[in-house]
Amino acid sequence: MFNAIDRDAERQRVMNRRTLVLGGLKAAALSTLAARLYYLQVIEGDHYTTLAEDNRISLRLLAPSRGIIVDRSGVPLAVNEQNFRAVLVSERTDDVDETLDKVVKLLPISDADRRRVLRDVDRLRSFAPVTLRENLTWDQVSAIEVNLPDLPGVSIEVGQVRSYPFGEQAAHILGYVGVVSETELQNARDPLLSLPGFRIGKSGVERSHDMALRGTAGTSQLEVNAVGRVVRELARNDGQPGHQVTLTIDAKLQYYAQQRLSEHPSAAAVVLDVNTGGILALASHPSFDPNQFAMGIPQDVYDGLIKNEASPLTNKVVAGHYAPGSTFKPMTALAGLEAGVDPTHRVFCSGSYDFGGHTFHCYKKGGHGSVDMFDAIRWSCDVYFYDLSRRIGVDRIADMARRFGLGDKTGLDLPGEKGGIIPDTKWKRRTYKENWYDGETLSVAIGQGYVLATPIQLAVMCARLANGGKAVQPHLTKAVEQESAEQTNWPDIGVKPEFIQRVLAGMAGVTSAGGTAYAARITQPGMEMGGKSGTAQVRRITMAERNAGLLKAERPWKDRDNALFIAFAPVQAPKYAVAVIVEHGVAGGAVAGPIARDLLLEVQLMEAARAQQADAGTAAPADGTQTTSAPRGTPR
Amino acid sequence: MINLDMGLDPQSNMSLGEKLGQISWSLVLLITLVACVGFAMLYSAANGNFDPWATRQIMRFGVGLVVMLVVALIDIRIWLKFSYFLYGIAFFLLIVVEVMGHVGMGAQRWIDLGFMQLQPSELMKVTLVMALARYFHGATLEDSGRITFLIPALVMIIAPVCLVLLQPNLGTSLMLLMVSGAIFWLVGVRLWKFALVIGSVLAAIPIIWRFMHDYQKNRVMTFLNPENDPLGHGYHIMQSKIALGSGGMFGKGFLMGSQSHLNFLPEKQTDFIFTMLAEEMGMVGALVFLAMYTLLLVYGYVIAMRCRHQYGRLVAMGLTVNLFLYMFINIAMVMGLIPVVGVPLPLISYGGSSALTVMTGFGLLLCVHVHRDVRMSRRGMSDF
Repeated sequence: MFNAIDRDAERQRVMNRRTLVLGGLKAAALSTLAARLYYLQVIEGDHYTTLAEDNRISLRLLAPSRGIIVDRSGVPLAVNEQNFRAVLVSERTDDVDETLDKVVKLLPISDADRRRVLRDVDRLRSFAPVTLRENLTWDQVSAIEVNLPDLPGVSIEVGQVRSYPFGEQAAHILGYVGVVSETELQNARDPLLSLPGFRIGKSGVERSHDMALRGTAGTSQLEVNAVGRVVRELARNDGQPGHQVTLTIDAKLQYYAQQRLSEHPSAAAVVLDVNTGGILALASHPSFDPNQFAMGIPQDVYDGLIKNEASPLTNKVVAGHYAPGSTFKPMTALAGLEAGVDPTHRVFCSGSYDFGGHTFHCYKKGGHGSVDMFDAIRWSCDVYFYDLSRRIGVDRIADMARRFGLGDKTGLDLPGEKGGIIPDTKWKRRTYKENWYDGETLSVAIGQGYVLATPIQLAVMCARLANGGKAVQPHLTKAVEQESAEQTNWPDIGVKPEFIQRVLAGMAGVTSAGGTAYAARITQPGMEMGGKSGTAQVRRITMAERNAGLLKAERPWKDRDNALFIAFAPVQAPKYAVAVIVEHGVAGGAVAGPIARDLLLEVQLMEAARAQQADAGTAAPADGTQTTSAPRGTPR
Repeated sequence: MINLDMGLDPQSNMSLGEKLGQISWSLVLLITLVACVGFAMLYSAANGNFDPWATRQIMRFGVGLVVMLVVALIDIRIWLKFSYFLYGIAFFLLIVVEVMGHVGMGAQRWIDLGFMQLQPSELMKVTLVMALARYFHGATLEDSGRITFLIPALVMIIAPVCLVLLQPNLGTSLMLLMVSGAIFWLVGVRLWKFALVIGSVLAAIPIIWRFMHDYQKNRVMTFLNPENDPLGHGYHIMQSKIALGSGGMFGKGFLMGSQSHLNFLPEKQTDFIFTMLAEEMGMVGALVFLAMYTLLLVYGYVIAMRCRHQYGRLVAMGLTVNLFLYMFINIAMVMGLIPVVGVPLPLISYGGSSALTVMTGFGLLLCVHVHRDVRMSRRGMSDF
């Protein structure tokens, strides 16, 4: 019994000793835990706090609304419209197929769209909205909204879509917006571009002013959980909406110009303010509907535009290369005057001019008889200019043309502008590694041969003549936000005013009795215009055709001559210049002339009406009656 | 053997009232306090809702409290008497689970009792301690020194460990091994014998490795290099460390743990609940919690040291070691100190079986305390 107690006591002594060892081990283990806590929470605490914030906060970009584009008086040309989309959140419906069946009864959804929706439902997280259809009409929105209780998972979201109220009428100026391409994404650093569905300017002003219009991205700090579902918004910065861009365009005139051109299969026209260089109208026909591009153009419509031989997607004002024909003659005349040619010197036109064994024809078969410079311009006598160019050489003509803005891009703030060709001896050597043939000078003198110009260049040339030799440059931007972008004190070209006056007088003669465009004159007093017609060969006319007396109008359309016209008005103290081309329109004076006339008359009438309205407004400010806009004379 | 002290034993036949008076109510209070921390955490884990976890846990704890007191009041000699029997039941249930698991339920660890999911491996954690305590209750130091005497005890340990390993449940089998090791240590088994066993186990690791499940291998590999697998097994532990670390000194505040509330933290209501506690309460809160837990362990030690019979000492020590292992493995795991081995945090983690086991364990601990001076023969029941 004592033995048993002794044994137990011994046993307990061993156990107590070993309990202490065990307790020591536990204490050590607990200390390890405490040390680990200290390490993780205090020493590494900041590091893990950062990681936790990264986990928690997801920064999302908010697309700013794109700046609107307005005309010179504030008429909206490109705006943002609400775009209603029907979206489906798959986790909120038990049966996606069944919901889709119900939606289809309210909105047409193609089978292809349905397949895309089902694919997206599989691919995306169950809480991510899948777009069912965009650009819903108000009726469709209402139909969905009313039936929402019966459409689990479906909701309407509002976004913005670019809208062009003038549609085709200003498409070539405004261009359009489209989704960001892969290369654009790689080359740009703006994070906005990576936003799904973000659209940037692809052509026109939308593209040239894309940066100003785009605005800066807003951000939204969202608290997200482990699977990326948004729990709440922590902070929001809406970013900067894009700047408003005010164009020099006059919407009314633009509309009118585009309408006027649509009478022809293919044509272009541009109206410039000769003092500022502001473009009041820029029309290229045929056109396209930029709204279709903003919403994603259907492939067949796009293919139709591409295949159309009148190339509706090309802005012919800036990218159309044409032989200027007789509209170039003022340059030859000016070059002659500067070279010291006496304007009263007379040349006899028999209808043709022999040079170097070749016969150069005047467009008038019977000839103009004896012509001086004034007559040569108003009658557009080819022989006179052949003779003149022989005396001064091609280089002087080329130099004068370049000073007036031909041969190179005008620097217009519109993408896609093309240069032109003003040939001279150096150019020929550089381009063809050949010497200049004197016979080629004769072609250049009448704006044929190698000479190529765009309508905007011709308009600039005309404007520089009309303003007395100021190197005005064309532009479309009047202001970005409030900052005026217009320049008025243009440098001087350095041509003696009297020379220019002589040429202008000749151009005034074009629309006066006996001139080539007398029929296209402006009769309103104080609004008269001067101009120069041009009919340029598209295809060299063969001797056989000339001898057979083939009527020009009987040739296939594509082979007919281009009709051109440049003009300015009013003749006394010109304000506006215009250039018109009607492709294959055959006769410059008769086809392009009336268009130029109508545009110049319209712009002047509009100005007069505005002035009258302003007068009425200041004369009777308080009588309460509404001042009606002055009656606007219709052209013709 | 003749028990001469029989008439002198003051505790042999206590009335219920005397027993209630003997219960360490301060320990019961401490247990309740720790459990309340658990309720708060479950409330937070549900984003400030009693549903789905806190309410059910409170109800379980209520039932657990009753079970604990009943267990505490039952005469410890009855527990001694039924130690092998209870062990036998737990072992049988392990086999049942194993067989049922193989018959088409996958790796099943539970038996559905209707009102709760019983996990036999949890039961084994308590009954193995009881069985070993009974086995060593009458053993002298000389007995404990004989290898032949140790062999039956080793069989008693290795059989359930193998079954639990087969489930597979690495965490529980390790716990069973370590608790048994602690009991072996306490009854005087020589250190060199442990060294021998550990040495041979280390030598056997390559062979064990070959028999391990792929997911177990993955866990070990992930533990050795968590960044290797940031979206798989390492994800949990990385997110757990982020949550814990971002708690800082004073924590993000109750209900403010962003990691846990935004579901970056996996199993925040069960195995990873300590992480949430540390995230919301900071290091200070976590240390206070650890201190409360340490106090529980100290109670266990005091009860064991005061006990006048080997069975009670071994049961108390075994259960305390058990409690310590639960806590240490769980917390060390969520801190990334040891591999992730699914062990709950007693009194805190949401779960039925572990709550019941833990409360039964505390009941036995209290029982040892109530019956600390009872004189017991080697067989226990002969004293009645």
